[in-house]
Amino acid sequence: MSPSTASELGAHPLFASLSPSALERISTFTSHVAFQPGDIILSEGGTAEVFYLLRRGKVALSAHAPGKGHLLVQTLGPGETLGLSWLFPPFLWQFDARAVELVEALAIDGPGLRDKLEGDPGLGYELLKRFTPVVLERLQQTRLRLLDLYGDRARADGHGLGQP
Amino acid sequence: MTLADPRLAASTHGPFTPSVFHVVGRAQEAPDVVTLALESAEGRPLPFKPGQFNMLTAFGVGEVPISISSRPGHGPLMHTIREVGAVTRALCRAALGSPLGVRGPFGTDWGLDDFAQSDAVVVAGGIGLAPLRGAVQALLDRAGLPMGPRRVVVLVGARTPDQLIFKRDLEDWSRRGQVAVTVDMAEEGWEGNVGVVTHLVDQAAFDPNRAMALVCGPEVMMRFAIQALIERGVLPTSIRLRVSLERNMQCGTGLCGHCQLGPYILCKSGPVVTYPQASRLLTEAEL
Repeated sequence: MSPSTASELGAHPLFASLSPSALERISTFTSHVAFQPGDIILSEGGTAEVFYLLRRGKVALSAHAPGKGHLLVQTLGPGETLGLSWLFPPFLWQFDARAVELVEALAIDGPGLRDKLEGDPGLGYELLKRFTPVVLERLQQTRLRLLDLYGDRARADGHGLGQP
Repeated sequence: MTLADPRLAASTHGPFTPSVFHVVGRAQEAPDVVTLALESAEGRPLPFKPGQFNMLTAFGVGEVPISISSRPGHGPLMHTIREVGAVTRALCRAALGSPLGVRGPFGTDWGLDDFAQSDAVVVAGGIGLAPLRGAVQALLDRAGLPMGPRRVVVLVGARTPDQLIFKRDLEDWSRRGQVAVTVDMAEEGWEGNVGVVTHLVDQAAFDPNRAMALVCGPEVMMRFAIQALIERGVLPTSIRLRVSLERNMQCGTGLCGHCQLGPYILCKSGPVVTYPQASRLLTEAEL
């Protein structure tokens, strides 16, 4: 893959300050992709064989609930990583992902990179250190939303100094 | 004459006597949130600064503290009220022309004169946007002027799209500054962001070295929003980070002590306090 792909990988926050040789190794599994608004990028239950470093546009993650349609779980934008399931068994997507706007991204071949990491534990450890904060941040955001900060349980704890 | 007769309240003036205002406008912001526009029955506008609050009386029902959601010197006094009990229900349902009692203004303000050449970052959650509305309007008016901020960034979180308040203002502000909105939950068709408001802090375009932040919302949200701002590089100093706290304000004059939070009587020392003042209080249980 061209040196420019390695530098594009290094420009994404997930891989910022990764060594040039590591970026080169990852770049061999990388391609450029684009999705039009409304395009389905990932489908729940599908095999997780790729992950995306978002460079432009917005992606909505959603889950289908019977009788309620698609409920939006989270939106992701430039600088963020779409797709974590490629790294963990059973390698299946847990949500749908749809392009809300024109999306441009770097797509990285998951199985190919996984095989590479099995034989390159130094790079594997480096990537795990980079993916773990992403997973932790998503967990913390989920916990915050579980608190239902603005919901019925927090009605009297909103602001506006409102007393009953 | 009964206790419910507003003429009784209008007859005398003192810190505990409400002035009579009439409802001259009302807007349903969300299913349980209403903004009331009020004008003095005596033709005397109320001088105030963004961030302060008034005690509002629904005659015959009771009195509650409500933040001022308008900007000084521009039209009627405005209060945005969430219906959480008997008094706020009566206020939310006040018809055009109804008399209400107003005592105030009370408390500290956002201190907007300190924002010269700063990147003003406003972070609001839920109805926490109400006490910030006047501040945002004033900051946008001053943006680019020598004594105003360099830029204004407004980050807003709400539970669902229909719980978002000041939708028209948000549209207007987005033409004059940077506005990002996120909701915790949404159904298909919502084209905006879904996620917690702290996530917007990571994405927003501002210079942390110039940033001065105003934060208001549920206290847990404020704690995490401040953490995100500090992680972005905003200095956790008195001048850089300000929050608005609420407790059980009753007298508004610092006499009754119902709104004590640690060493502070919030109706006088607050509601707007600096982050160094608030940092320990925001994490201490049972305060």
